[in-house]
Amino acid sequence: MNQQVRVIRGWEWARPVRPVRREVLEAVPALDEGRPPLLFVPGFGHGAWAFAEHWLGHTVERGFSGYALSLRGQSGSGPAPEATLRAYVHDVVQVASGLPRRAVLVGHGAGALVVAHALARYPARAAALVAPVLGGWATAFTALRHNPLGTLPALVGGRLRCNHAQLFGPELPRDEARRHLSRLGRPARRAQWQLLFGREPEPAVGDPPVLVLGSPEDRVVPRSALTRAARRYASAPLLFPGMGHDLMLDAGWWEPIDAILDWLEKEPSGG
Amino acid sequence: MTTSIDHGRPDPEPSTLDRNCAGRSVSDRGETVCVIGAGPSGLTAIKNVTEHGFGVDCYERETGVGGVWNWRHDRSPVYASTHLISSRPLTQFPDFPMPDDWPDYPHHRQLLSYLERYADHFDLRRHVWFGTEVVRVEPVDGDRWDVTTRSTGGYGPERTSRYAAVVVANGHNWSSKLPDYEGLAEFRGDVMHASAYQDPAQLRGRRVLVVGAGNTGCDIAAEAAQQAAHCWHSTRRGYWYAPKYLLGRPADQLNDLLLALRLPRRLRQWLLHRLLRLSVGDLTRFGLPQPDHRMLETHPIVNSQLVYYLSHGRVTPVPDAVRFHPDSVELADGRQIDPELVVFATGYLPRFEFLDPKILGDDGMTGRPALWLNAFVPNHPTLAVAGLVQPDSGIFPLSHWQTVLFARLLRLRETRPSKAAAFAATVSARAGERYAGPVKESSRHWFEVGHADYLRVLQRALHDLEAK
Repeated sequence: MNQQVRVIRGWEWARPVRPVRREVLEAVPALDEGRPPLLFVPGFGHGAWAFAEHWLGHTVERGFSGYALSLRGQSGSGPAPEATLRAYVHDVVQVASGLPRRAVLVGHGAGALVVAHALARYPARAAALVAPVLGGWATAFTALRHNPLGTLPALVGGRLRCNHAQLFGPELPRDEARRHLSRLGRPARRAQWQLLFGREPEPAVGDPPVLVLGSPEDRVVPRSALTRAARRYASAPLLFPGMGHDLMLDAGWWEPIDAILDWLEKEPSGG
Repeated sequence: MTTSIDHGRPDPEPSTLDRNCAGRSVSDRGETVCVIGAGPSGLTAIKNVTEHGFGVDCYERETGVGGVWNWRHDRSPVYASTHLISSRPLTQFPDFPMPDDWPDYPHHRQLLSYLERYADHFDLRRHVWFGTEVVRVEPVDGDRWDVTTRSTGGYGPERTSRYAAVVVANGHNWSSKLPDYEGLAEFRGDVMHASAYQDPAQLRGRRVLVVGAGNTGCDIAAEAAQQAAHCWHSTRRGYWYAPKYLLGRPADQLNDLLLALRLPRRLRQWLLHRLLRLSVGDLTRFGLPQPDHRMLETHPIVNSQLVYYLSHGRVTPVPDAVRFHPDSVELADGRQIDPELVVFATGYLPRFEFLDPKILGDDGMTGRPALWLNAFVPNHPTLAVAGLVQPDSGIFPLSHWQTVLFARLLRLRETRPSKAAAFAATVSARAGERYAGPVKESSRHWFEVGHADYLRVLQRALHDLEAK
């Protein structure tokens, strides 16, 4: 994070990211009270549906407008087998800058890494990193330990599969968990690699406040990784014990989203 | 669009009332920064300065944002068919991209909607006083500035406010430059400057002479080729006409690819010459003079259409006009032509009529300020000019980083004065520096910059400021 501001972006100017159709689900309150919109960015394998399940509706009930994006190649967005992290960041910044007001970026899982990169390209009002997978070997080792069969193929360029115990806590009904698991898509190979070998995010522009949330029982993101992520943004993680990695789908999903919205209302630059 | 003239600025508290040397009352705006103009550079100045925690008062003489890109403004030079000549990635603000489903070279109306969205997204309009023009900007003690404003058109009383800093973003494409020709006053045909050109209907069925081979001149000549009875295009010298696409990509992106590969300038020039020779061919076949300079040595002229109409014989290239007679125009090669309408696409000159030229280091009154990074003023650490650049890309990214650097500098003046003092020393030492290779002499060449060279120096300045 101690990297310097980057002005020259030769490759970006010479080879801009190609546009791909983007799926954006939105839920807007009937009465606009001038609050900042929230843009939810799903992690690898997930799509906008993961937020449409509970969080979008809840956000609107609290008077905020919510938008959920599917990264390219996932769910309802256009196919992009060769997508890279840079293309994902492009998608997030495109949607965010198309919103009527400065947006709050909420990234889950590897989507939090996309958000961390996007913060360097767009002056967000604020950001929330939910169970952030910020990459590196520690993430890979944790995943290997808890789900060797699903993770090993990914290390050699195959598909990353998450299992029930990684994503959900014990309280979520079995068939609901199975329904969510069946919707998981396949992340792009190159982006998956960049989780291990990608660059550190550049410093955020506009100095947005950043909140880190997670669960101590998360089997994808260890507790130490949460603390490290929060320390990057000079704070401590908010913890929700008993939940799995997918905080927006697990039983008790309302607690983290309420925490984010409460935090936004208290933030001087937020509500 | 907001059209209100005055948002009801609270009258200054009596305790903040001060009298300046002329005895006028001055309201002290404390740490607030004044931005002059709400065009692209002014808007990005408001955004970046507020982002660094300062208050901003922006004065805009028109009733909307967008500056020259707002065709409703009386000083806007855009015509119906104006499209960008730099492609999207090299034109947009670095932290607020244009929609990626827009064309590579958007239309001016799209650009205005982009700027309006920028203003709304970052809630910038609340800082802008529309319909207010700046009359005078004068330095006062403590590096502060007295800014005198009044309603546009000179109505109403003048008000003077005192600011901690000023960003001048009044643009450089509104004060038209008209060359003086012998006999022009007696010429019986119509004469107009390109700033008055709006629509091809003005050319329809007439014999038209277009003077000037800038991007506007070439655009108008190409339109005259389709609409006018005859079109002469008068240029002083030979130019390189770059098409909008080369090798299937926007030409400026190809140039940036060569830059990203770190090819030396000479090699890039050679490659571009080869490429143009292979794809466009030898333009002297159409009667154009051979360019007397290499590519990248003048402001790029990007026009795919002009060569096309030359090849159809719809445009007749002619040399410089030397004299006007009542019924004809005499050319440098002795020929006489008889246009009914002469369009002078002879460009614009920057003007800062509210500032003493000496403040900008223009002691000889040549109209050429001596600044560092074309933005920072020696001996006036709280004054900056935004957007006074003519780059081989869009201006917005350069204005963005200029104002980011200025906002950080203003912050450092409070938190680390030693850093700010070192910056001021650099400004004095390096004022007048240029950021392009050798460039052909013209009335605007002194603020021609190569975007990569320029931004590299600016990036280093930013890093030096941040360094421990």
